[in-house]
Amino acid sequence: MTDITSTTPRAKKRFRWSAIFDHSILILGSLFMLLPVFLALTTSSHDNVEIQREGLKFWFGNDIDENFGNAMFEKGGFTKTVTGMTMLMNSFILGIGFAVGKIILSMMAAYAIVYFRFRFATFAFWIIFTTILLPLEVRILPSYEVIQSIGLTNSYTGLIVPLLASATGTFFFRQFFLSVPEELVEAARIDGAGPVKFFVDILVPLSQTMIAAIFIIMFVYGWNQYLWPTLITTDEGLFTLVRGIRQIIQAYAEGSEIPEYGQAMALALIAMLPPVAIVIFFQSWFVKGLVESDK
Amino acid sequence: MANVSVKNIRKTYPNGTEAVMPCNFDIADGELVVLVGPSGCGKSTLLRMVAGLEDITDGELQIGDRVVNDLDPAERDIAMVFQNYALYPHMSVYKNMAYGLKNRGTSKNDIDQKVREASAMLNLDDYLDRRPSQLSGGQRQRVAMGRAIVRDPALFLFDEPLSNLDAKLRNQMRIEIRNLQRRLGVTAMYVTHDQVEAMTMADRIFVLNAGRIEQVGTPSEIYRTPASTFVASFMGAPPMNLLPATYNGNGSVHLNGETSLAVGAPKDHKGDIQLGIRPEEVKLATGKSATPFKLELIEELGASRLLHGKLAGHDFTVNAPNNDAPLADDLMLDIPSDALHMFDHETGKRL
Repeated sequence: MTDITSTTPRAKKRFRWSAIFDHSILILGSLFMLLPVFLALTTSSHDNVEIQREGLKFWFGNDIDENFGNAMFEKGGFTKTVTGMTMLMNSFILGIGFAVGKIILSMMAAYAIVYFRFRFATFAFWIIFTTILLPLEVRILPSYEVIQSIGLTNSYTGLIVPLLASATGTFFFRQFFLSVPEELVEAARIDGAGPVKFFVDILVPLSQTMIAAIFIIMFVYGWNQYLWPTLITTDEGLFTLVRGIRQIIQAYAEGSEIPEYGQAMALALIAMLPPVAIVIFFQSWFVKGLVESDK
Repeated sequence: MANVSVKNIRKTYPNGTEAVMPCNFDIADGELVVLVGPSGCGKSTLLRMVAGLEDITDGELQIGDRVVNDLDPAERDIAMVFQNYALYPHMSVYKNMAYGLKNRGTSKNDIDQKVREASAMLNLDDYLDRRPSQLSGGQRQRVAMGRAIVRDPALFLFDEPLSNLDAKLRNQMRIEIRNLQRRLGVTAMYVTHDQVEAMTMADRIFVLNAGRIEQVGTPSEIYRTPASTFVASFMGAPPMNLLPATYNGNGSVHLNGETSLAVGAPKDHKGDIQLGIRPEEVKLATGKSATPFKLELIEELGASRLLHGKLAGHDFTVNAPNNDAPLADDLMLDIPSDALHMFDHETGKRL
């Protein structure tokens, strides 16, 4: 007995080379990801002339408030009407509209596929699923053509709606709905809940964690959209942050002035914050939604 | 409160499977009927047809004086308790019970009064704000019962409600459900595969086999005079011994030629039969008229013990009182003539 109790803690404390190895890979990986962010932060604290002359900076300078302030509040762009705040706003509208729209649409599609017996339901599902093979980049010309012909360019609608159909979301919700016990549906039927009531009163609250998980994925995805907003918006009032960063550098590089690198870096950092914040905030839900089936 | 009347009801699945063969029965007001049978015998399907969760292929179903074939489950004035409780996991106990009433448009005060009444009846008062996941199995079962009670239905439907509980709790809930049903006087249909549950709870038992109702009767009728070898072997624990035998129409049946047993009331049948003998109706005996029994294995049950062995070369079980007396391998049995059940050799029907 005594032998066993005395050896167990020793075995636990035993030094494992594999732990060192695992951790060094993790640390290297983190550094690899974080260093550029750090560089962006240090560089954004210098003035543009210095950056133009000496390239990326590896330590902090004195102009950090000025650069961030200008990036957010100075009216810039070609028309000198757009501030960083406008772009931040647009990004939020795109990110949230994109995520919420996708969730509503894919949840309802999944609801129809799982709970209603209509002809070709499975076929319909697989048709939806194959659209994973057709991301926006593949169908960008026809999509643009359609949006342009119904006059939705330079509008939030045109920015968001064409991106809403989501095979991934439909798939996730379908799998989740399939795991909801049949008896729950039957109990609800006996309790007099029709299709709409069942969806609103029971299915939606049950899917909470799932909705949160998909919201995160879709918000980040929507936030980082670049190609489609670039195509569909020419009005600077509708520019998103991601779009705006490039605009700052380009607008000035074409002229004779020095590009405002400091502001661009600051804007890049600001653009990074909301997705990070959302992931941190929703993290526990996210894991729950994808792992746990809380029924 | 209402009676249930079923006329030629039938269920055929699109792939041609006959889940429930045409059947007829009536359930009186306030009666508790237990549908019992092995899994896949159609008992749940029959219940779900009454509930309206399965379409009725053919026939007529009446609850009270309404034909409800084409009504939605919610309009049939029924309440159902499911095997896995089917509580809404995101709602509190109170809301679980209130949900059905809310959907019917009952006023808030009435809902509150009914839920409180039901929760008092079921000892759930302290748990009204909890979620189902914070309750034990027995409590969840009670909530499911409460959800059924508050609706004040004409008919209770129970679909194996106790299968997920442990043995002790099952015995307790069995009594609770029975008491509650009596007190409320609501007609009930109860599905189970457990013959003990069926025997203890039922006013009448319907024994189902392969989509057909094999026998309808009170528990003691089912036990005393099983209508077929299926019922005989399904109801009763340990099951009835079934032995091949021949009967020549006079006073005795013959087991493999040498052993013969006296018959109480002669039957109008000659030739091969199946002979049924309940293990508990046989006594250990000494004497000449007794039948020899070769003991192979003893199962101790406490109050009694099961003796497994051979009677005239066939497997045979005796349920003997446990008096701790050592037993020899060769025993003599006293088989009373009225303990013999005779079944048709081919069809298994009672003679």
